[in-house]
Amino acid sequence: MTGIFDTILQGVLLGGLYALFAAGLALIFGVMRLVNLAHGDLIVLAAYIILLLANSLHLGVILGFLLALPLMFAAGYLLQAGLLNRVIGEDILAPLLTTFGLSIILQNAMLTGFSADSRRLTSDGIETASLPLFNGVAIGIMPLLTFLAAVGVIIALNQLFYRTALGRAFRAVSDDPVTARLMGIDDRRLFAVAMGIALAVCTVAALFLGLRANFDPTIGPGRLIFAFEAVIIGGLGSLWGTLAGGIILGVAQTVGASINPEWQLLAGHLAFLVVLATAPRGLFPRAVD
Amino acid sequence: MAIPNPAAPRFAVRTRTRVSAIAIVCSLALIAVLAALPFFAGRSVMQNLFFILTMLSLAQFWNLLAGYSGLISVGQQAFVGLGAYLLFAWTILGGVDPILAIVLSGLIAALVALPTSFLVFRLKGAYFAVGTWVVAEVFRLVLAQVKILGGGTGTALPKEVTNDSALVSWIARATGARTAVARDMADYWLALILAIGAIALVYALLRSRRGLALAAIRDNEAASGSVGVDAIAMKRLVYVVSALGAGMTGALIYLAKARISPDAAFSLIDWTAYVFFIVIIGGIATIEGPIVGVLVFWLIQDELASFGSVYLMLLGALAIVIMLFFPKGLWGTLADRLDFHLFPIRRRLEFTDGASPPILQPDSVKETP
Repeated sequence: MTGIFDTILQGVLLGGLYALFAAGLALIFGVMRLVNLAHGDLIVLAAYIILLLANSLHLGVILGFLLALPLMFAAGYLLQAGLLNRVIGEDILAPLLTTFGLSIILQNAMLTGFSADSRRLTSDGIETASLPLFNGVAIGIMPLLTFLAAVGVIIALNQLFYRTALGRAFRAVSDDPVTARLMGIDDRRLFAVAMGIALAVCTVAALFLGLRANFDPTIGPGRLIFAFEAVIIGGLGSLWGTLAGGIILGVAQTVGASINPEWQLLAGHLAFLVVLATAPRGLFPRAVD
Repeated sequence: MAIPNPAAPRFAVRTRTRVSAIAIVCSLALIAVLAALPFFAGRSVMQNLFFILTMLSLAQFWNLLAGYSGLISVGQQAFVGLGAYLLFAWTILGGVDPILAIVLSGLIAALVALPTSFLVFRLKGAYFAVGTWVVAEVFRLVLAQVKILGGGTGTALPKEVTNDSALVSWIARATGARTAVARDMADYWLALILAIGAIALVYALLRSRRGLALAAIRDNEAASGSVGVDAIAMKRLVYVVSALGAGMTGALIYLAKARISPDAAFSLIDWTAYVFFIVIIGGIATIEGPIVGVLVFWLIQDELASFGSVYLMLLGALAIVIMLFFPKGLWGTLADRLDFHLFPIRRRLEFTDGASPPILQPDSVKETP
């Protein structure tokens, strides 16, 4: 019995990581209807930037992360203003192809720059510490912190969206870009800010990805798929739904892995397909599209 | 409304042009040369052309999906890999002749695509793209569990399938060539038939009533529905036909490779990213585009593939530049400038008595008072 409880608990906590992957993707789609196929690779890039700052400059992981945040925000702003603003619009081929090309460029640039070796972020043994609960069930400190970070990021994004002038502008552009422009909103600049925020969220995801597990330049597309599945399972337009989607995906994966380690990914994909077949708008949909 | 004019110019709807008639004759001559090629060209030429022809087939079918139907898939490797694995299953487990196995593999891939379409069609636009990718991942993970076909590490075709098949033996007897050469000839001819079949099928589909329906859907889906076009059924047909093509091509590619593994057969880079690149650089939504694209792609690959990741970065950057500045690709940009179409699919209104279309003479169209 404790075995099942343990499996599900680990799955729920893993879901926190997937929600962190998904939050940035959901934010971008919500504001500008863009599906960024390079999303996973940008998370991996952020992990390498943290690693570089932490190790080469001997800053430690936390300080490295804090420095990586504004760097990734700036990268997102420039990426959107310089490239993606030119391709978003009615036609979906141009943004898809551009972000797909970007994904291939990023992966191979990281392979060239950082080699194919697996890397990991380390921070004073916190990544292996755990909190004993009962009957031998223990809860890892890192998974718990990841989950709390996901909750924190979602609360922060919701506050931003529903309590600030910037958030109001985001929602206005999302609902009706033409009218928003008539009201004096500069949607292109707004999109750049949104991409900057999304990449800052990616940096949070990268911190926990790197502290929890090994990463290498090729794992980006896999992270994109997890993020995408969490968004679709949860339903478009709701960040809490995205957390629920991440949890369902995480639990499906840990349950699958407990039956046969080779079934971890397959079980997650099947959970996604089942939701798609039975509730195509996701479990907690808020947006109409 | 224009006043009905008793001497109204007689007109006809045409797709064929003088250029296209010449193109058909030239294509037939080219096909004859390509068919006779194994008798005077070396093995490396045949192997290069095998690569070009199979990538061309994949590009034609992806173009049918993305270019003409707006179904942008990044998951066609699902059907390439499935077709490839089915070929191995038919020949190794079923003892079926490889040629028959290629056809059967394509048909089963199409059969699998039908229920799959009900799932992925629930996702729209860009999410459809990622959804097809998830499907490809599911196929890869499932086939990695099939231990009889080698599981995660894969397996190889036995010599009886690759070297002793009816076609290879017959070619070896008829031409007196060594078995290895006869095998290259067989693979090459099959690839040629497949590529010509792919072009002919896509061209015939687009020239038919269904092609007109597809154009209507692409231009305005709601309006096409109002005149009786069933957009979902049309898209489903295209999705299934593309799976048939990808499945048969995958089966042929892996008959030639004779060695399969899940990671290679369901590779996103090999079977979707390259195809994406070929269609975009040549020109999306044209038949000629993928032909131009595959030749450009082969030249780049031949020159730069040894640079590994730098080569892939270059391809990605080139695709983005083409998308930004020449969204119609090399052929599309050129064809638009010169109004030059080798395989025309656009219906033109032509006046048989030599009059110009009224659009060019706005004064001739008078409003009734």
